[in-house]
Amino acid sequence: MEARPRTSVAGPAAPGRKKSPYPSWFYLPAAIVYAVLFLVPTVTSFYFSLTRWSIFDSQFIGFDNYVTFFREPALVSGLWHTVVYAVITSGLKVVLGLGLAVLLTSQIIGRGYLRSVVFFPVLVSTIGVGLTFTILMDPEEGLINESLSLIGIQGPGWLTDPSYALVSVALVDVWKGVGLATLIYIAGIVSIPQEYFEAARVDGATAWQNFRRIVLPLARPATFTVILLSLIGGLRSFDLIWAMTRGGPGFTSDVIASVIYKQYQAGFYGLSTAGNVVLFLLVTAIIFPLSRFLNSKEVDL
Amino acid sequence: MTAAVEVRRKPRKNVTLSIVAILLSIVVFVVPFVFILLTAVKSRQEASRLDFSWPTQFQFVQNFVDVVQARDYMLIIAFINSTILTVASVAIMVVLAAMVAFVLQRRRTRWTGLVNFLVLSGLIIPPAVVPTIWVLQKLGLFRTMPGLILVEVAFGLSFCILLFRAFIATIPRELDEAAIIDGAGPMRLFFRVILPLLRSVIITIVVVQSVTVFNDFVNPLYLLPGDQNATVQLTLYNFSSSYSTQYNLLFMDILLITIPPLIMFLFFNKRIVAGMTAGAIKG
Repeated sequence: MEARPRTSVAGPAAPGRKKSPYPSWFYLPAAIVYAVLFLVPTVTSFYFSLTRWSIFDSQFIGFDNYVTFFREPALVSGLWHTVVYAVITSGLKVVLGLGLAVLLTSQIIGRGYLRSVVFFPVLVSTIGVGLTFTILMDPEEGLINESLSLIGIQGPGWLTDPSYALVSVALVDVWKGVGLATLIYIAGIVSIPQEYFEAARVDGATAWQNFRRIVLPLARPATFTVILLSLIGGLRSFDLIWAMTRGGPGFTSDVIASVIYKQYQAGFYGLSTAGNVVLFLLVTAIIFPLSRFLNSKEVDL
Repeated sequence: MTAAVEVRRKPRKNVTLSIVAILLSIVVFVVPFVFILLTAVKSRQEASRLDFSWPTQFQFVQNFVDVVQARDYMLIIAFINSTILTVASVAIMVVLAAMVAFVLQRRRTRWTGLVNFLVLSGLIIPPAVVPTIWVLQKLGLFRTMPGLILVEVAFGLSFCILLFRAFIATIPRELDEAAIIDGAGPMRLFFRVILPLLRSVIITIVVVQSVTVFNDFVNPLYLLPGDQNATVQLTLYNFSSSYSTQYNLLFMDILLITIPPLIMFLFFNKRIVAGMTAGAIKG
């Protein structure tokens, strides 16, 4: 393989370009791994979701798994919880991330410290964070409710009250993930040319006008990135929910990913895979149109 | 931003806002970590009260030894497993992704569109877990470390390819041409000329993906069950159930598992930031 180009050195221009220096077989090693361990499972999941399945043999049963899935209220609510969880986390990350980024690009003391401290949770083990907050959110002895009671507020049973559990986990997700959103926004804000702010200053613009008329529109690519990333992460979220509530109390914080795991553990592989297909359809139905829509709205600086 | 602002000389720092921000950051972000630290060095009874208080006696060494020895040194095995998993999968991922990104960026063929589509799909589509187990079972790789390594590679490729492609676009083609004229084949061109130039983006990718794989919980949970195969994230989980009353040990474990990412953060903060914000500005 090495010898051949050497012979063609004689004619330096080498017009008879038979072999590209960028051979397609460079795709091959990655393509094999990706195809075998990502594409094949994804494609076959459609078939297996239509079977009663024990890994070793599968029996075709049509849409029974989907019928089961959508008849069982606990599973349907998982679908709804997934959407709620993704929207809450994504929305809060956009709002808080933007706010923090504006704060952390302004003239403020301890900027480096603040940036580090906001970002660090992103790198910490999700399970570790989940277990820690499970204890901090303990209704009786937890630090959060004890602190609230000091100022006379009776804190809720964050993870034990069915109406709060999902939201509480979502809040911890935001605590852990807002640093990434902030960083993306900081990168977006820093890339805005200074001339805009100078022109605004000459015109006597207020801080709010600066934010509303310059930062907000020109940080739009960052907003799109944050929305897409956090929706993708939120829709498939599993670790944190599993570490904190395991879907409980009851099924009030179950999401599709935790349903998939529970059905897998119970040995219902076909049903579990049907859950996976539902998640696949949900993600593609939300993300692909959304990313197309957001890309069409891209502005140039 | 800072440079331009400093020239314009706007020295008035908002002191009140700064103090509020710093106090809030301590309450929201620092206290949970201090809580982990304090609980990890407490005695068993004291830790079980879940208070945010100064330990009356420090048991750092004792708790450390207890955690390490628990379940026949499971934590040590888990750290070894996690290290093997992280190093192997990130190394493979980096080389394979760089090869793809190189050809993808340099040459348009009928494959280019398809490859781009697959790369994006890899970022968006949630992996189908049980069918993955089925594939691994067929290959004889289920419940094996090589199987898990390859799965991590498959799931991590897309992110790496995107970063590599953006970076390779900044390397002038003239360099390739010079190497080709000097008689370099594709292998030599890529491994001797291009790959060394990718050093900075490789560091970024290695750091970001190492943290991701090290913190991964879902794939080891499904694909590598069993105490002997546990990765560090799973020990955390096992500790939390078996030590439901031994919070000091649980938090010592959390503390130990937080150290590798912390080291990465201290040494490679800028790299991590560069990698994670790559999507923010269209490049």
